[in-house]
Amino acid sequence: MQSLGIDVLFKGINFQRLLGGLWVAVRLSLISVSISIVLGTGMGMLMTSKNRLLQFFFRLWLETVRIMPQMVLLFVVYFGTTRVFGWNLEAEAAAIIVFSFWGTAEMGDLVRGALISIPVIQYESARALGMDEKTLYLYVILPQTIRRMLPLSINLITRMIKTTSLVMMIGIVEVLKVAQQIIEANRKSSPNAAFGVFGTVFLLYFLICWPVSRLAARLEKRWAGD
Amino acid sequence: MSGIRKNRIAKSAAALIGAAALLTGTIPALADENAVYRTVEEIQESGSVRIGVFSDKSPFGYVDEYGEYQGYDVYFARRIGEDLGVEIEYVSTEAANRIEYLQTGKVDIILANFTVTEERAEEVDFALPYMNVALGVVSPEDAVIESLDEIGEDQQVIVISGTTAETYLEKNNPEIRLQKYDAYAEAKTALENGNADAWANDNTEVIAFAIENEGFVVGIPSLGSADTIAPAVTKGNESLLNWLNEEIKALGEEAFFHQDYEETLLSTYGADYEDTLVVEGGVIAGEEEAETEA
Repeated sequence: MQSLGIDVLFKGINFQRLLGGLWVAVRLSLISVSISIVLGTGMGMLMTSKNRLLQFFFRLWLETVRIMPQMVLLFVVYFGTTRVFGWNLEAEAAAIIVFSFWGTAEMGDLVRGALISIPVIQYESARALGMDEKTLYLYVILPQTIRRMLPLSINLITRMIKTTSLVMMIGIVEVLKVAQQIIEANRKSSPNAAFGVFGTVFLLYFLICWPVSRLAARLEKRWAGD
Repeated sequence: MSGIRKNRIAKSAAALIGAAALLTGTIPALADENAVYRTVEEIQESGSVRIGVFSDKSPFGYVDEYGEYQGYDVYFARRIGEDLGVEIEYVSTEAANRIEYLQTGKVDIILANFTVTEERAEEVDFALPYMNVALGVVSPEDAVIESLDEIGEDQQVIVISGTTAETYLEKNNPEIRLQKYDAYAEAKTALENGNADAWANDNTEVIAFAIENEGFVVGIPSLGSADTIAPAVTKGNESLLNWLNEEIKALGEEAFFHQDYEETLLSTYGADYEDTLVVEGGVIAGEEEAETEA
C-alpha cells in the first residue's frame, strides 16, 4: 500500500484529523441545509404571490445567487462586511450565512416550482370540502409538494455538502484542506500520497452523500405506492 | 514563490478573487478610521496574537501528523509569540487571501512565505526580510552551466509555463531556446532524460531537485532580481511594524534564522545554501557591502 500513500493516513493522528475535518464540513452543511429548508419553504410560498414587488425581490435574490460564484459570496460576507461595516464575523458564521443564502434561494425556487405544479383542481376540491387555507396547505398541498421536490432537494443538499470545501478560502480547515496538509507534509517521504489521501476523501464524501440519496430513494418509493 | 508553483490554478482563482476584491475593495473602507489593526499593546492586552501562515507549504508552513504547525515561517512565528509574551492563534491562509486578511485586520501578522513586491507594498506594510528568493539553474554535473552566457545556440533550457523563470528568460535572454512544460513532474523527467541542458526555476525548487537527484548541480544558484520574503502587517500599523523590525534586528545577533534554517530547511536544501537563502537581522548581503563601500 506504500505506493498508494494510504500509510500516511495512519501517521500520528492524521486519520483523526481527517475525520475532524469531515465533521466541520458535515456540521456546516447540516446547519445550512436546515436553515435553507425552513426559510426556503417560506420563500417558495411567497414566490407564488402575485405581488410584483415581492416577485422582483425574490427573482433578484435567486439570480444573484446563481450568477455569483460561492467563493465570491464567501469573500464578500467574510471580508466585505469587515471593510464596510466593521463587523467581525466568525469564519463559520460567514460560511453558514453564505450557504443558507444560497440554499434558501435554490430551495425557494424548488418549492415554488413544485407548488405551481399542483393542479388548481386540488385547491378547489379541498375548498369545496370546507377546508380553511391552513388545513388546505398543511394536508393537501404541502405533502404533494414535498414529494415532487424531494429528488431535486437531495441534489441540492449533496451539492452543498461538496461545495463546503470552498470555506478553506476563509481560513476554515475542513476535510479537503486537511487532506492537502497531509499530502504536503509528506511530499518528500511519500510523493504519491495524493492518490491515497484524495481517494480516501472521495470515499468519505461518498459515505456522507450516499445515505442521503438512499433515504430519498426510499421515501420516493414508499410514497409512490400511496 | 509558492505562488509561482501553482500558477495556472492560481490564475483562475485570482480572477475570481479579483472579482470579489472589486466588490469589497472599491467600497471605501469605512473601517479605516477606527483602525482595523491592533497595536502591540492591544495584542499583549488580549493575550494572543493572530498569525496567518500556510498550512500546506512544506517546509515553510505546514501541519505535521500531530496537527501542529511547523516549518521555517512557523519557527519564527513561535519566537514572535514568545517575545510578545502571548499565545499564538494560527490562521491557515492561502496565497490569494493574504492581503485581504491583513486589510481587514483578521490577522495581525502574515508569515506565509510572502515575497516582497512593489504592488504588494502598496497594500500592506512589510517588515525587514528574513529570507531570499531568486531564480536558479540546475544542470547535469558533467556539463555544468554556471552562467547564462555559456548556453550555446544549439542548447535548450527547460522552464515551466507561467513561472517567473519563463518570464525572466523571455524578457532578458530572448536568444536562449526554451523547452516549456506545464507540470513539475514532466519538467523533472525531461531533465533527467537529457532532453535539455538545464532547468531554470525558483532556486528553492532547483536546489531541492539537485539534492534529491544525484548527478545534478545548481550551477547558477541566484539569478535575476533577488526578491525577499518578509513578515507583513496591516498598512499603517507602525506599532507592530517597528516591534517586528526591532525583533528581527535583535534576532540577528543570536543568528536566529540560521538556527531556524538548520531546524526546518536543512533536510530539504542542505547546508550549502544556508547563506544563499537566509537573511539574518534583516540585512541582505549585497546591500551590506554597498553600505560599507559608501
